Amino acid sequence: MKQRHVTVLGAGVMGTSIAALAVGHGLPVTLVDVDRAVLERARDEVTRHLRLARLMGVQTGTDVAELRTTVELADVADADVVVEAVTELADVKAKVLAEISALIGPEALVLTNTSAIPVDELAGAVAHPERTVGAHFMNPPYLIKTVEVIRGPRSSAAALAVARDFLASMGREVVVVGDGPGFVINRVLQRMINEAARIADEGLATPEEIDLLFTGCLGHRTGPLATADLIGLDNVVDSLRVLRDRTGDQGYEPSALLLAKVADGDFGRKTGRGFYEHRGTK
Amino acid sequence: MSSSTTNQHILSPGSICGKLTAFLERQTKRDIEPDLDIFAAGLVSSLFALELVVHIESTFDVAIGGPDLRLDNFRTVDRMTELVLRLRGESDD
Repeated sequence: MKQRHVTVLGAGVMGTSIAALAVGHGLPVTLVDVDRAVLERARDEVTRHLRLARLMGVQTGTDVAELRTTVELADVADADVVVEAVTELADVKAKVLAEISALIGPEALVLTNTSAIPVDELAGAVAHPERTVGAHFMNPPYLIKTVEVIRGPRSSAAALAVARDFLASMGREVVVVGDGPGFVINRVLQRMINEAARIADEGLATPEEIDLLFTGCLGHRTGPLATADLIGLDNVVDSLRVLRDRTGDQGYEPSALLLAKVADGDFGRKTGRGFYEHRGTK
Repeated sequence: MSSSTTNQHILSPGSICGKLTAFLERQTKRDIEPDLDIFAAGLVSSLFALELVVHIESTFDVAIGGPDLRLDNFRTVDRMTELVLRLRGESDD
């Protein structure tokens, strides 16, 4: 089988780490972003991700494929697989997906790494909705083997098969679920983070105490607020709004503490501070 | 990356061990014995591992790559000290 050309749209936290996962498995990647400065930093980020993957023993191969970067969507018209990982705003994602789908071939697979926006809503923006599938990677995707794959009502069986094959070629294991706001993980997780932030805000427990209950009593690897810092609080707020707007459930209304942290630029691990201090992270 | 063989003063195993212990105790707010496996003990996450590597590189002016870049080298202060001594070429001192 010929080697797939992978395009990753968006050079943020997820875009760079998905690019690292792919090049680390020998798949050449073109990383696209609107911001040249972001792309400059993205190269270093991908190198950092590959080092961590090697350190943790999940990057054993020595053949790391080529990483290219570009600000021009036209450069990736030959993509076989497009992984969309831009900001969790429905109009931004829809605009990018519409543009890319007009450029790529009808056989190309479009994987959207949406956190919460229903796949079918995004498929509505593209030329070939049957080629669009959701792939919700965890952070960092090279350390967490399982990927939540979302089959939208219009996703074809053929597209789903390519998605499975592509993810398997990068050593990933998939769980395929149905479409809806937040799918499985974020319908539960974002609500949990929001409530944990409310509890911290009410002074019932500190972030450390809240997380210790989830790790110590429930066996979670990290508690909800440490997880939120890892995801990025800006993305958590965006996802909560997506869920609130699409479910009408006010439980998803972002808590005041989350909003305050985002307003202060404290997005979690990626900025060095969120619910916790992350010294020396960058 | 700067050369690890030029312009550096000799560090004793005790001083490397002390610097690493102080760094880890600041990070974890716990007492760290030199033979404690900080990962197995759940004191630090796998994401912290790379911060640790970068910290060691900058603090001790060494470059860690190739086969040295594996978690087993960073599980305890003792092992990190051994690695730093070896990379600085001071293991026979």
